[in-house]
Amino acid sequence: MKPVLALAAAAIAVAFLAAVPLYADAYQLSLAITLMNYTVLATAWSLFSGPTRYVSLATVAFFGIGAYTVAVLAERMAWPYILLIALAVGLAVALVVGLSTLRLSGVYFVIFTFGLAELIRQIVTWYEVNVTRTLGRYVFVDIDAADIYWQLLGLAVLAFAAGVLIRRSRLGLALRVIGDDETVARHIGINTTFAKVALFALSASFMTLCGAVMAPRWTYIDPAIAFNPVVSFQVLIMALLGGVHRLYGPLFGVVPLVLLFEFLLARFPNHFSILVGLAFMLIVYAIPQGIVGFAERIARGKRGAA
Amino acid sequence: MFVAAVASGLVLGGMYALIAMGLTLQYGVARIMNLAHGELMIAAAFAAFWLFTSAAVNPLVGLLLVVPAAFAVSWAIYRLLLTPLVARAPNRDALEVDSILATFGMLFVIQGVMLAMFGGAYYSYSFLAFPVNIAGATVAANRLLALGFAAAIGLGLYLYLTRTRLGTAVRAVAVDPNSAPLVAIDVRATAALAFAFGGALVAAGGVLISMFLTFNANIGVVFTMKALIVVIMGGVGNLLGCLVAGLILGLVETFVATWIDPGLTLAATYAIFLVILLVRPQGLFGTASR
Repeated sequence: MKPVLALAAAAIAVAFLAAVPLYADAYQLSLAITLMNYTVLATAWSLFSGPTRYVSLATVAFFGIGAYTVAVLAERMAWPYILLIALAVGLAVALVVGLSTLRLSGVYFVIFTFGLAELIRQIVTWYEVNVTRTLGRYVFVDIDAADIYWQLLGLAVLAFAAGVLIRRSRLGLALRVIGDDETVARHIGINTTFAKVALFALSASFMTLCGAVMAPRWTYIDPAIAFNPVVSFQVLIMALLGGVHRLYGPLFGVVPLVLLFEFLLARFPNHFSILVGLAFMLIVYAIPQGIVGFAERIARGKRGAA
Repeated sequence: MFVAAVASGLVLGGMYALIAMGLTLQYGVARIMNLAHGELMIAAAFAAFWLFTSAAVNPLVGLLLVVPAAFAVSWAIYRLLLTPLVARAPNRDALEVDSILATFGMLFVIQGVMLAMFGGAYYSYSFLAFPVNIAGATVAANRLLALGFAAAIGLGLYLYLTRTRLGTAVRAVAVDPNSAPLVAIDVRATAALAFAFGGALVAAGGVLISMFLTFNANIGVVFTMKALIVVIMGGVGNLLGCLVAGLILGLVETFVATWIDPGLTLAATYAIFLVILLVRPQGLFGTASR
């Protein structure tokens, strides 16, 4: 597709999506918010993990930082300032984690992110119990469901735009080389640590903002809600199912899995985690390249045969 | 107070060392980064709990039932679920990523099964819970027993790996899986064996821990995390490093819980991990940096 056409198609899609709150009922809007939320998270996840192949299990750590910052600051200042502060906190944590673990082999990074959400949850809980003595906060801000939806849509557009720009830049090329072979990347003079940390921080920024935007959905937030590890897990499988080597890949995982999880949670609330785990293993074993990769391989096979 | 803290720190550290030895065998030899490691431990703890409360089976007898079962289950997991990943992975890094993803899925499946069976409540049972006086400090008898068993199992493993042919083969695969076949070692079978041994060790840790700690279906992740930290701290594949690092972690946690705040033990664990990563990423006793 020509760039102009692609841009026009994207603009039409966004305009169509922006109109959703005008004619959707409450349930449809809430489903649309969930879809948009996971679209932002999965796209942000694959911004970093797609090209570099570093598996991050820390999505909810940043999402929770955003949500919890809003819970603490709600009513104290105007909404844009709250978002900025949330962004700054998320960015700072991402830089500390990235600088200390991304210089090393990928497995250290995975392990550290694996426990990061739990660590932050425990520290926040400790702080709330011992210092502020209020475990659990109410979020009263003047933001309704449609506002949340539009903000998430804005974030999704930004995430896609960032993805497109990075892919065309030197940074994007550097990341793809790192993903193919990190030793080679170092030998041809790429500053691998800088590239990885920069992308990780960018991806974490989107996750943090997403959490901040979603916070008013709950009205009541405590650390266990904000730092729920299942979110990291779901984002990971959505991105993997869709396929992470294309920017639009995660979308193909988000839509079917959000609908599937809605259904499972409604029908089998007690066995949810078993079913999600099984779905995840099925994806890892059966379609490791994701739906997009699978479709591309079939298309290529047909062309090769003809 | 100090002696008591040291005693309970050593007990806890012994447990960490035991489950970390299991993980280091799985990661160092079979190259599987097993994120479901702690879940198997909690499953073993629930098995011991169930045997003790419903069939009045002494946990030490339970050890004889649970550990072989865990060995068999782990062996089957490796053969059925992980061998396909080993076969399709083009190199070691790809296998690491695949194994992390697959065992991450297993984590949620095992955890979900335990939640469905036992719910989210905390469990414990009372076994040999009388105090024993050591050097002025009182320690529960079950803790001492657990430490003794952990030491015996760890020593047994060490002797097995260093004094037998099979153990030597395991170490050879850990050093160089590509050269091991040249001296007629079956790498797949040895890796499966090491993985199964890892499962048996963590199950033993689970049974021993169930004698003195309360546990629930969600807590396995925390133990996996601590085992990973101990493995990295001690140097991947290094059993002695595991022992020392495990004891250090147990002591630090107990000291923080005793004198600072019990809510900050995990933060202290992470602080140690960060310092190790920054200063000595190859581990306290590691030599080759990866």
